[in-house]
This record gives sequence, C-alpha cells and structure tokens, in this order.
Amino acid sequence: MEKFTTHTGIGVPLRRSNVDTDQIIPAVYLKRVTRTGFEDGLFAAWRGDASFVLNQPAYAAGSVLVAGSDFGTGSSREHAVWALKDYGFRAVLSTRFADIFRGNSGKQGLLAAQLSQEDIELIWKVLEECPGTEVTVDLEKKLVTCADIVVPFQVDDYTRWRLLEGLDDIGLTLQNVDEITEFESHRESWRPRTLPAKHLPTVHIEAARPVVPGPASGRDALV
Amino acid sequence: MAGTLAEKVWDAHLVRRGEDGSPDLLYIDLHLVHEVTSPQAFEGLRLTGRTVRRPDLTIATEDHNTPTLDIDRPITDPTSRTQIETLRANAREFGVRLHSLGDADQGIVHVVGPQLGLTMPGLTVVCGDSHTSTHGAFGALAFGIGTSEVEHVLATQTLPLQPFKTMAITVNGALHPGTTAKDIILAVIAKIGTGGGQGYVLEYRGEAIRALSMEARMTICNMSIEAGARAGMIAPDQTTFDYLKGRPHAPEGADWDAAVEYWSTLKSDDDAVFDAEVVLDAAELEPFVTWGTNPGQGLPLSARVPDPAEISDENERVSAARALEYMGLTAGTPLRDIAVDTVFIGSCTNGRIEDLRAVAKVIDGKKKADSLRVLVVPGSARVRLQAEAEGLDKVFLDFGAEWRNAGCSMCLGMNPDQLAPGERSASTSNRNFEGRQGKGGRTHLVSPLVAAATAIRGTLSSVADLDDAARILQNT
Repeated sequence: MEKFTTHTGIGVPLRRSNVDTDQIIPAVYLKRVTRTGFEDGLFAAWRGDASFVLNQPAYAAGSVLVAGSDFGTGSSREHAVWALKDYGFRAVLSTRFADIFRGNSGKQGLLAAQLSQEDIELIWKVLEECPGTEVTVDLEKKLVTCADIVVPFQVDDYTRWRLLEGLDDIGLTLQNVDEITEFESHRESWRPRTLPAKHLPTVHIEAARPVVPGPASGRDALV
Repeated sequence: MAGTLAEKVWDAHLVRRGEDGSPDLLYIDLHLVHEVTSPQAFEGLRLTGRTVRRPDLTIATEDHNTPTLDIDRPITDPTSRTQIETLRANAREFGVRLHSLGDADQGIVHVVGPQLGLTMPGLTVVCGDSHTSTHGAFGALAFGIGTSEVEHVLATQTLPLQPFKTMAITVNGALHPGTTAKDIILAVIAKIGTGGGQGYVLEYRGEAIRALSMEARMTICNMSIEAGARAGMIAPDQTTFDYLKGRPHAPEGADWDAAVEYWSTLKSDDDAVFDAEVVLDAAELEPFVTWGTNPGQGLPLSARVPDPAEISDENERVSAARALEYMGLTAGTPLRDIAVDTVFIGSCTNGRIEDLRAVAKVIDGKKKADSLRVLVVPGSARVRLQAEAEGLDKVFLDFGAEWRNAGCSMCLGMNPDQLAPGERSASTSNRNFEGRQGKGGRTHLVSPLVAAATAIRGTLSSVADLDDAARILQNT
C-alpha cells in the first residue's frame, strides 16, 4: 500500500449527511472484476445534476472531500473507496464514518479523518466562499489546514501507523501464521466444514419465464 | 468475569490479543462468498502467489447479479455474465465450493448458509456483504467486510479487528397479530437512527424476541447494519437448536451433544454490562413503513408523511426535505393514501419460506390490484422448491404475481429486476436509499404482511385494512 504522510489538494465541500455507499457508487457500477476504473461511477446519480459540486470547474480536480455526518453508511462495497480513489480523492473529512467504510478506507490508503461538526462547518464556509482553496491533511501531526483554519482530526492509532508505513494487512498477519496454526489445532469438531459438501438431494430447478406482456409487465426490460 | 454474548464469542476466537492499540486477531469459522465483492480479492491472491488457506471453511453462491427469469439461458448483460463467470473460474482455481445458478442450493448467501446448517451458534461468520449480520440470529458473531478483508480471510482465515462496544436492545411484551419482526426492527432503527449502532454489536433480547421463529430472528439481525451496527445477535435457545437439528451440515451424534452443551452457555450473563441499552414494548408497535430515503425514516402506517419544518435537528430537517422531494411526497399525506406501482417480496431480509407463507395466507383466493405488479422472488432455490411443494406458487400466480427464480433481485437492482425512474415500490427488502432499486425508483420498506395487503389494495395497507382481516389475523 502507498504511504500516506501528508496531502495537499483542492477541498470539495459536500454538504450532505448520511451519504450511503449506494450514493457513492450505485450497484450497477459494481460489475467490473478489476480494482480500477470506478471513477465514472462516483456519485453517479448526482453527477447528472449540473449544480452538483464536482460538476463545478473549481472543484472538479478536488482530492479532499469534506462531507457531512455518517459518511459511507449501508453496503460493505469497497468499490465506494475505489471510486473515490480512482477519481483522485486521497482523504475524506467527516464528523462520523460508517464502520465498514472506515475499515475499507484504511486498507486502501484513503484517509478517513474525523473532525468536529464545528470544524467541518468552518472548512465548508471557506471552500464555498473561495472555491478551489486547498486543504492540507497532515497525518503525522493529525492536523487539517485550510486557509487560516488549522484544526485537529481523529484517526485510530493503528490505522494511522499502517497508513504512515504503507503496510499491507495480510503480510502483517502472516507474520503470526504459527499462532493461527496452533489455534486451528484445537478447534472443536462440531464446528462446520463446507467440504465435503452435504446437502439435500439435487433437484432440477425450473426456469421462471417472463409473463405474457400486458399492461403491468414488460417493464423489466427497462435497464 | 461476567460477559455479554458477543464478548464470549469474540474471546473464543482470539488467535492473538492486540497490544498498544493494535487490533485483536480473530479466527473466522465460516466465510461466505458471492460474485460482486470477491473478484478483486481472488485477483489479489493470484498477484501475491497466495492460496485460500481453508477452502473447507469457505462457500460461494451466485446471488447479486443473477437473473430471476430464463436462468437456463445465457445471462444477457455482459458485465453480469463476466462477474458470474469470474466467480466460477475462481472457485475452480482455488477449490472453493460454489452453488451456481440452476443448482438447488443456489440462492442469497444469507439464506443458503442457514438452510444448509452451516450457520451455527458461537461461530464467527463473515462475508463481503453488509447483511451478514443476518447470521447473528443463531448467536454467531457475523458481520460484513470489504473486499480487502475478503482477501485477508481467504489468505489467513483470520481478521484483525478492534473490539466492538455492546448494546442491548430489549423488546418486552408480545406483538399484536399483524405486527411482525420487520416492524420491530424498523421501529428500532427509527428510534436509534441509521448511525445509532455505529461501533456496536447489538444484542436483541426480551420476551418478544424469544417468541420469534428463526426466520423472524434473521429478519431482525439482518437489518442491524441499517442502524449502523456491523453485527446483531440473539442468544441461541431451543428454537435455534430445533431449526438446526437434522440440517445437512448440522453436527451429528456426540458432536451434536457437545455442541448443544456449549451453545447453551452462549448468553449474556445476568450481571454483564452493556455499553448502551434500548428498551421497546412490542405491544405498542404497529405495522411500520418507511417514508424517506434511509431506513431510519420510518413511521407507523397510521401516521402521516412528516413535515420537515417540524424537525428541530438541522441535519435531519434537511435530510427529510430532500427525501420528500426525491420520494415525491407531500407532508401531511396519510401514509395509507400512498399508491405504489410495484410490490417486491423477497431479499435476505424477507425471502424465506415463512415470509412466503405469511404472504400467501393473506392473498389466498384474491386478485392483486390492477394498478401494480407483484414480484415474488424466493431467497433460495430450496425456498422456491419448498414453496412449490406447499402449493404457494399457485397462490401467487392466481393472485396475479410473478413467481421468479432465487436471488437478490430488486432489493438492489443489479440484475434486470429494477424500478423505472419515478416508480414506487412497497418492498420487503432492507434499504430505501435513493436509486437502490433502480435509478429514480422510490422505495417504501415494509413487512411481508404489509406488502401483501398493499398488493391487494394498491395503497400502503396493513392486514387490518382488509375485509377478511379478522379471519387472517386469527390464524397468525
């Protein structure tokens, strides 16, 4: 993972709370099997609206998203983090993040920095009054700087350490592989195994067919 | 030391306790996999030369993308088809058991695990899907993870995790007939909010919870994530053991006895301390529906669409105003007057056999309203078979509903089952986010009973609104 120490980039004020991961990237954009190329799905529904913040030239090249509370709620899709990163975001500032989103961010080098509502409001004001203002997020000092505003943010120590060092979780865990093997050696025999597979007898499943087109059908074709 | 259920299960899976703020390393008993959140994880393994450590603790199924019509024909959407084919190739390459479209054990991952008897009390269960909380109904610690974590579990069968806080949700009293588990959880979310469970494992307990079937308990635990909690749990009891006994992967013989003995210890001690507690009275609950664009924006069906101007919290006021605009609703409209275009019955929340039986009982011998379409999508192929064995498919078809093959379907609209822009649904699923069921689609979350009554009347309705309410409710 790429190291994150400090980042400076254009701040984007997103004055919305409860931005769920279906808004960050709708499900129809999740069908790729690669880890890149999700930028076109970012906030897809809102980007059709000319007044949406990322459609304004001053913010379009933004890399620090400043959002309302409860950012990243809902689905566990890591694609939400990939979409933000693929677009160019390196940090998201909010008063509160959904747990899964915060975890996913930390694993992909996207900093989820938690600020007070008051400080978010101050930064929003600057970014809206002077579009294109840069925001600096300093992970070593845990400080956000925007014009003359300098405010602290929170991030858990472990995530901060991993981001600063650019460490890969799997590599870290595999350093303890002997402990995993030891744990496995005394697991109870009642705990389930998926193999060999056990199931009820295999039965043919009839395929459902489209109903004969009528007034209230055929709308399935609208994709 | 006294402990909560969640703490007991956590402690039993500690491979290594974290020091100085580093996370604990937890062993994972069961890893469920589906096509949407796994391709990049398998790709990661390939790129680093790693393997799946425990294929025998891993199981995959196709659900999110799968069509619910013409499942014996090639999938028409090329990107969906690629994703499904990628899962099939990965399962072959890494030796993972996969239940594919057309297989009798294919279905929504959270329906398949329990029906195979793989989900058990005292396990840690993960899946790259936030509704993994469903499995907590058995007294398992079960939660959704991101794709990086999917790769981590595939490679190591463990996860580094910071301990959760615990919240007790005590539901006293008894539900009135016509009010269900779905109404309990919608009321809980409306009460604590979509962020109220952030950082917590919720433990549902109390008389009303004990009285619920396993299917109903799964409905409740399933939506824990909609309150922001990664996991919800219910202590196992005789209902749990009875559900599991005899299922394909349930323990047998001496293993069964040892398991039940251990499972019986899995409850919060009387003097255990929770970090937070919420209390509800089931007898005060009515059928609940959502009016907005997050699952916390719900009200009893007898209420009216709220007026944002009367909401004091600024964030909530703005959010409510936006929601009403998106939903095309006017403040003050009785919820019962809202007409819908589509009724969706299915999903990992309410796509189990008991849900289909409940709907069938309400609609038996009736016709759906002409103004709407009704989609019935069983949660798994086995649920479909079971329903057909009971003759429920005939009830649905005679009613005018479409009887589909199994999958996630219109819950999230990754397959062709979507709402058209502006179309309104009453849906037994779990999320009413903007565009969730199709771009511009408008979702009202409801219980299976409300879905059934709505399909008959055309507007959001409860069973109590039907002419034969007394007869139906007598038997529930």
